[in-house]
Amino acid sequence: MAQVSGSVGPNTPLEYQSSIGRLNIFGFWIFLGAEVALFATIFATYFTIYSYNVLGGHGHHHVGGGPLPSELFEIEGTLIMTLLLLTSSFTCGLAIHEMRKHEVKRMNMWLIITLLLGLAFLVMEIYEFIHYAHEGATIGTNAYWSSFYLLTGTHGLHVTLGIGWMILILLQVWKRGLTPDTAKKVFISSLYWHFLDFIWIFVFTGVYLVGLVGS
Amino acid sequence: MRKGEVKMFSFIKENLILDDPLILTANIMIFLTVIGIIAVLTYYKKWKWLWTEWLTTVDHKRIGIMYIIAAILMLFRGGVDALLMRAQLTVPNNDFLSSQHYNEIFTTHGVIMIIFMAMPFLFGLMNIVVPLQIGARDVAFPYLNALSYWSFFFGALLFNISFVFGGSPDAGWTNYAPLAIEGSPGPGVNYYLLGLQISGIGTLLTGINFIVTIIKMRAPGMTLMRMPMFTWTTLIASFIIVFAFPVLTVTLALMTFDRLFGTHFFTLADGGMPMLWSNLFWIWGHPEVYIVILPAFGIFSEIISSFAKKTLFGYKSMVISIVAISFLSFIVWVHHFFTMGGSAAVNNFFSITTMAISIPTGIKIFNWLFTLYKGRIELKTPMLWSLGFIPTFVIGGVTGVMLGMAAADFQFHNTYFLVAHFHYALIAGTVFACFAGLVFWYPKMFGHRLDERLGKWTFWLFTIGFNVCFLPQFLLGFDGMPRRIYTYGPENDWTFLNVVSTIGAVGMGVGFLVLVYNIIYSFRYAERDMTGDSWGVGRTLEWATTTAIPPHYNFAVIPEVKGLDAYWIMKEEQKAGQKPFVEYKPIHMPSNVGTPFVMSVFFFVAGFGLVFKLWWMAILGGIGVLLCMIYRSLRSHKEDEGYYVTVDEIIKTEHNHKQYKEA
Amino acid sequence: MKKQNEQHKFPWSHIIGFVFSIVLTFLAVGVALYTDLSLQTIVIIIFAFAFLQAAVQLFMFMHIKEGDGGWQIAKMASAAFIAIVIAYGSYWVMTNMH
Repeated sequence: MAQVSGSVGPNTPLEYQSSIGRLNIFGFWIFLGAEVALFATIFATYFTIYSYNVLGGHGHHHVGGGPLPSELFEIEGTLIMTLLLLTSSFTCGLAIHEMRKHEVKRMNMWLIITLLLGLAFLVMEIYEFIHYAHEGATIGTNAYWSSFYLLTGTHGLHVTLGIGWMILILLQVWKRGLTPDTAKKVFISSLYWHFLDFIWIFVFTGVYLVGLVGS
Repeated sequence: MRKGEVKMFSFIKENLILDDPLILTANIMIFLTVIGIIAVLTYYKKWKWLWTEWLTTVDHKRIGIMYIIAAILMLFRGGVDALLMRAQLTVPNNDFLSSQHYNEIFTTHGVIMIIFMAMPFLFGLMNIVVPLQIGARDVAFPYLNALSYWSFFFGALLFNISFVFGGSPDAGWTNYAPLAIEGSPGPGVNYYLLGLQISGIGTLLTGINFIVTIIKMRAPGMTLMRMPMFTWTTLIASFIIVFAFPVLTVTLALMTFDRLFGTHFFTLADGGMPMLWSNLFWIWGHPEVYIVILPAFGIFSEIISSFAKKTLFGYKSMVISIVAISFLSFIVWVHHFFTMGGSAAVNNFFSITTMAISIPTGIKIFNWLFTLYKGRIELKTPMLWSLGFIPTFVIGGVTGVMLGMAAADFQFHNTYFLVAHFHYALIAGTVFACFAGLVFWYPKMFGHRLDERLGKWTFWLFTIGFNVCFLPQFLLGFDGMPRRIYTYGPENDWTFLNVVSTIGAVGMGVGFLVLVYNIIYSFRYAERDMTGDSWGVGRTLEWATTTAIPPHYNFAVIPEVKGLDAYWIMKEEQKAGQKPFVEYKPIHMPSNVGTPFVMSVFFFVAGFGLVFKLWWMAILGGIGVLLCMIYRSLRSHKEDEGYYVTVDEIIKTEHNHKQYKEA
Repeated sequence: MKKQNEQHKFPWSHIIGFVFSIVLTFLAVGVALYTDLSLQTIVIIIFAFAFLQAAVQLFMFMHIKEGDGGWQIAKMASAAFIAIVIAYGSYWVMTNMH
């Protein structure tokens, strides 16, 4: 079916060897472009509402009660979460590296470490949300906290889905071994995982750093 | 009755709308139609056929036909909405429709025409034609293609049942806050938010699908600059889709959260910003109208060059223009709310970009005119639509430039001048293209052409009716008539122009009926086409198939492309006595699959649950979707195996039509 | 397609990318929390770092140049443009309303 342009050589990584593999990987990059637009819109909402409701320009200020982000954010926890996710992106890269050497056991090991790091990130994030809620900052408190939870929550939801997806892929590699098909799946889920850290860079910068400095 | 049954009964009773005579009639007709369809399928024992041939198909040609059937049904519904509005506005102080009812009708008219008529119609044509035009056997991701269609279908279904169950959204197709939040309690706006969200998923997937298909699956020899224009516009429109639709996804989700979960993005209280909705909506909304116009431009390019028997003039500048248009389309959006209070800097910037976008569009118009110049023009129905498009769309375009001047827009904004402008652009642009494309590629879908005489009647009735309907509306705008009002007083002196406008609308309705009659009449009486090149003027590869309706694998042998207008070159070579070397090999085709349909049903269930805040139903639907995704992940290696079309079968299919001729 | 045969030996690009990302992260924290610059200056600097780190990760972690690298890079570059238009554009428009 898929008559695909693009050549295959002896050194081509396994995931690029099938025409479906090449199509799916390329298609996933396109999908990531869409995800960028998605997060950009959420950022647009966040920055606009932050500017009006927290920085308090243009006649609005600190509307709707509720604590300020600078009162609740703590750099230590956020830095740890950032390093957890960054490291998980690194270990994910190592997993692909092992995959290309056909070292399936090592690949699995690095993937599981990636998952555990991601899970640790999520656990910290959930604790963070619970802590903020106790301090009076819930998703329905005011516009600022709605957009905070929307941005971090959407990212966290993506991480959760990523973990679930990776578990499914690990199951398939365990059952069927490393084939062009499973290699393609591992690679694409790794792209997704890297992308989540890619987005987090901007969350860390735009939400937490700015939030600590801005008010 | 047990408690659960009582609750369900009262839920249905509360929401089923039986008191309005028009809606009651619609309810009864829908009920009878559904019973009728079930009866026919059962009587003729066609349930299995429906499942195996249509509900589980991944064939781009079949999916395309399903899109177009849905679009024509939606055109009917949207058109009835329009006629109801025109009826209400014909005379002053009319009480044919209450203001509430009128608001619901103009909301559904807008949403249906843009999201559920224009988009699926164009997607249908894109699906049928583009893989053939690039010499491919199907799109890159047939499974996703099916999912795109069914999520569109169930999103549209969810939106459409609103007027008989629960009440339609009534805040305009633009759904501004705070009217859409604090001002619209009830399920109506929820239908809008969820219906568009679900069908938007399908649109995004289509965008991704066609980008990959066009970039990666072209026949050998078809460089980017040898692609047909319709393929180019599909590619560029797909890029716009990929970047614009996620904006809509977020925006709809934000308001859904505000309405259902107590957040404060656009609320009046607690720091919400209603104007932020307008901003985000139009960041999607403006690229959206370019999504529906660029493929239309592509259709006209194909038809004009085919029936003028000339290569398209200025191919390179056409490509550069559509790329420029797609880039500019993302930086003009504030022109939809010049009057919302932006600073001079903001309004000026967007005014300039808005006027700039007319330049590449103008270049395209000139290229079409130069293509026609000294061509040997055949005035077949598709060409008539194209010729009608040029001057009519230009009226839409130049009035757009008038509106784009921010200071002037303070006079025009939200008057009938605006209504006339966008109808001139959308109808002359998109709807004419849909009709033209339907007639032009009809033989590819059904193996025969639509009747020419009836086609010409449709064109003239619709075009004349359209101008009679909308030209007066420019004048009404100058006379100060605002849009979205359900009635007006006799002292406004708007009556005469409104009467004229209604007469035009009736003309359009009659034109549509002639088209429907044409479809039925041609099905019964039209001569079946024997070749793939039904009009005889085909220049691109979709006409290079051996039969009128392409075999399910499209091409027995992938053609070798030697230049622009690939099929034209092939025909010239054949005339010169060159015969292409043909060696058949088994063809790998994708298998049918049922999960896209099932997943979309779960989307519908989840959406319906959210509309009515039935959380258990929403969660159930959500789990269903998730399960389908897990199933797909675990089974994709089996589902994607496909099957092989044997060489014997290819030989039989390819030479079957010749036997028919000999007999 | 081009292959990193050298990659088979040792994942250098991943390690470099990892170290770079950590450095940029800490630099951003330093600029934001330990300098006396104006908010606007800080925002510009830390976002510059963010874009830099994002690019590092695209090239070092995500192998963006592989496969249809040209198209993929063009896609992410245009996505970056769109993201700036949407995020900054919305911010600009909405904070210039009367």
